[in-house]
Amino acid sequence: MTPTPRAALRRRLVDRAMTGLSFAAVLLALVPLASVLGYVVAQGITALNWAFFTQLPRPVGETGGGMANAIAGTLTLIGLASCIGLPVGILGGVYLGELGNGRLGGWIRFTADVLNGVPSIVVGIFVYTLLVVPMKRFSALAGGAALGIMMTPLVMRTTEELVRLVPATLREAALALGVPWRVTTLRVVLRTATVGVVTGVMLAVARISGETAPLLFTAFNNQYWQSRLDQPTASLTVQLYNYAIAPYDDWHRQAWAAALVLMTMVLVLNITARLVGRRQVSARRSS
Amino acid sequence: MEISNTLFSRALIDAAARAIPLEQVVADQIRAVQINAYYGRTHAVRGVSLGFAANRITAVIGPSGCGKSTLLRCLNRMHELVPGARVEGRVLLDGEDIYAPDVDPVAVRRRVGMVFQRANPFPTMSIYDNVAAGLRLNGVHDRRVLDDVVERSLRQAALWDEVKDVLGRSGASLSGGQQQRWCIARALAVQPEVLLMDEPASALDPASTLKIEELARTLRDNLTIVLVTHNMQQAARVSDSTAFMLSGELVEFRPTTELFTRPKDQRTEDYITGRFG
Amino acid sequence: MRSVLSPSALLPPRSGLTRGHQAWRDGAFRATLTACGVSVILLVAAVLVQLIAAAMPAIRQFGPSFLWTVRWDPVHSVFGALTYAYGTLASSLVALILAVPVSLGVAIYLAEIAPAGVSTVLSFVVELLASIPSVILGLWGIFVMAPWLRNAVEPALSRTLGWLPLFSGPPYGIGLLAGGMILAIMLVPIVSSVSREVLKTVPVTQREAAYAIGATRWEVIHRAVLPYGRTGIIGAVILGLGRTLGETMAVTMVIGNRPQISPSLFQPAYTIAAALANEFSEATTDIYVSALIELAMVLFVITLIVNAIARWLVWRLAPRGVVSA
Repeated sequence: MTPTPRAALRRRLVDRAMTGLSFAAVLLALVPLASVLGYVVAQGITALNWAFFTQLPRPVGETGGGMANAIAGTLTLIGLASCIGLPVGILGGVYLGELGNGRLGGWIRFTADVLNGVPSIVVGIFVYTLLVVPMKRFSALAGGAALGIMMTPLVMRTTEELVRLVPATLREAALALGVPWRVTTLRVVLRTATVGVVTGVMLAVARISGETAPLLFTAFNNQYWQSRLDQPTASLTVQLYNYAIAPYDDWHRQAWAAALVLMTMVLVLNITARLVGRRQVSARRSS
Repeated sequence: MEISNTLFSRALIDAAARAIPLEQVVADQIRAVQINAYYGRTHAVRGVSLGFAANRITAVIGPSGCGKSTLLRCLNRMHELVPGARVEGRVLLDGEDIYAPDVDPVAVRRRVGMVFQRANPFPTMSIYDNVAAGLRLNGVHDRRVLDDVVERSLRQAALWDEVKDVLGRSGASLSGGQQQRWCIARALAVQPEVLLMDEPASALDPASTLKIEELARTLRDNLTIVLVTHNMQQAARVSDSTAFMLSGELVEFRPTTELFTRPKDQRTEDYITGRFG
Repeated sequence: MRSVLSPSALLPPRSGLTRGHQAWRDGAFRATLTACGVSVILLVAAVLVQLIAAAMPAIRQFGPSFLWTVRWDPVHSVFGALTYAYGTLASSLVALILAVPVSLGVAIYLAEIAPAGVSTVLSFVVELLASIPSVILGLWGIFVMAPWLRNAVEPALSRTLGWLPLFSGPPYGIGLLAGGMILAIMLVPIVSSVSREVLKTVPVTQREAAYAIGATRWEVIHRAVLPYGRTGIIGAVILGLGRTLGETMAVTMVIGNRPQISPSLFQPAYTIAAALANEFSEATTDIYVSALIELAMVLFVITLIVNAIARWLVWRLAPRGVVSA
């Protein structure tokens, strides 16, 4: 018994329609991406000038000025966050990869994922109660701590994955040479995973450099140069936010410029990391 | 061969207890005594006692899963690295029990080297750096010492002439056989007394296999070699004595020619005549 | 046979097998690694404890009714979370309704339909969407999306479906619809990439079995692949939900920030995260700060539960995917 031609036709049409719909979904998902990128580039380029990178913000009412202090602030905050997030994240990731098959490892893995999902604004408030209240002031340190807390689980989980990719035969080779476990882990296992770990770190830095919410009540903001870490510090993101919701055209212009700078930074980090990461993985697979 | 008094007296007691010919005991560099090894609940090695004579090649043969590799890994305390693995019994290295409570497994592995089934060079290091790795990772950084050791080890491994001009490069372009000799050089660089070889030629073509076998014969002058292989011809070609294992137990251990020509145990005969395994 | 420059002279004495300082150092290293791992557990516990402690005055004063009280009045120190909770849930719901079908389509296209090369490139591009900082999305939302909603989408909706309370009232642009839409944009890359991974775990035999009985590609996807991956896809959606509930900047910038509960999607609303962002640094009285921290605690607990459920669903499907190496 062959199916009726009508039914066969209907089935083929449904197949075509659903294929078309799923492709349309991809296009639909790309529209906002294209629009955001397009506007940020178009608006940002017209607003961006040398002063943006070299001058301080001007007071309300005056046009011009720049975000030099905010750029420096963002870099400072990333540096501080890395001081927390890199050692704890990488060593914790090595723990999960090398020793984490027991129950404790399971709990750590689970809480790392939970911490990764904690709203960034909640992290900001946590650090506010922990550091800002006792120190009685907003500070770069507090901002760095908040970003560091967000960075840690990200770095930890990628490090774990990459440490697990290191073949067991390399550990054996080193241990069989009479190399202590500590040295084997750091100089053979972690060394072999380095490119991947660096990739993971780049992605984590990209993620935190775009964060605003955890900085609102920790690093706060600052209109001036700030060299002390225990003082409030400007950042590109908070400055961008303040300018975007303010009613001045010149500030909007600067907000777009900040968006372009931030976006470039984030995308460059992301794309480099992914390209390097992909090469690394495919090289590993082919060997 | 230098033999201390304690070793000699212990060996005598041991020999008396087990009625092993004295001359064999005295020459044993490493000796397993009543070894039981487990993976979780699996009892992989069952009460094996076996002595490996100094400056000789001892082959351990048997069908896959008979526990020969596990036994080998008990000899340098690598077995215990597998999660859930456990070892009972003693292994005497120059008369000292390597499973004594105050023994550092790292020190054991420095004296008992190992070569694995597949070549496992460190991918981030050059040819030179791989051979130097054992010393470097243990804190030796004197360039003259390293140069000397790397050259000597590569010469011992019969690889020097093939790689002396590309020492700084990665070894990825070396053939499988070259890579395995490279890994042997790496193991030799820390000057072990015993070299454990776990099916070192099983992934290689016949020509490369022959080279590894020739290499093992020359290394015998300086080392005690334990060779685990599933290849009976290889054991017959290379080794001085051969142990046959089955289901975790030691069935028969005799000089190689005798074991292959006049096996005493029916199971050995079945195996070497190809009736199972 | 050993040369003068013997390495054995440089290594620790080889005759001794006894434990030296190395073993102790290995122990210390192991302890350091463990401490770094355990630190995340302590951190999450510390967040919980710290938030509860700081929220205690508000918890004592308002009790559980905090959760269902509408009034939020800093001047008279009366605080209820309901309007914020409503805004959070409503904006996330709008986001899910908009994003889930699109994400599923993307996941199906990338995992099942697109040729390998195309799939790799498109996955990469879609994931770039996830890397756009929320504050930039908010900026775009204010100046591009909201005007478009106000001038084009909302008038059209109101003309055609205006009889529904959902689409009633004047078009503001900024409001619940804008908040939901911006969240949907953030949701699509998350849900689609996790779903794609889930679909890839569906065994080839499942597909082959369906093809073998003469099914078309869509029938294979619909009857064999999707049912198999359903748990994981639900997990992916819940994972995305965890993100949207706590998302702050972009929503704060486009949702209007007016504490009200309105049936219309065009009207402004307020979310918990937005309230924290806007009011925290302006809170003057201790009880006001405490009430805000209680809001943060509520948000934390909700995302904790939502994330735990999502992890459980996704993990159950692929128990330690990479992990069993």
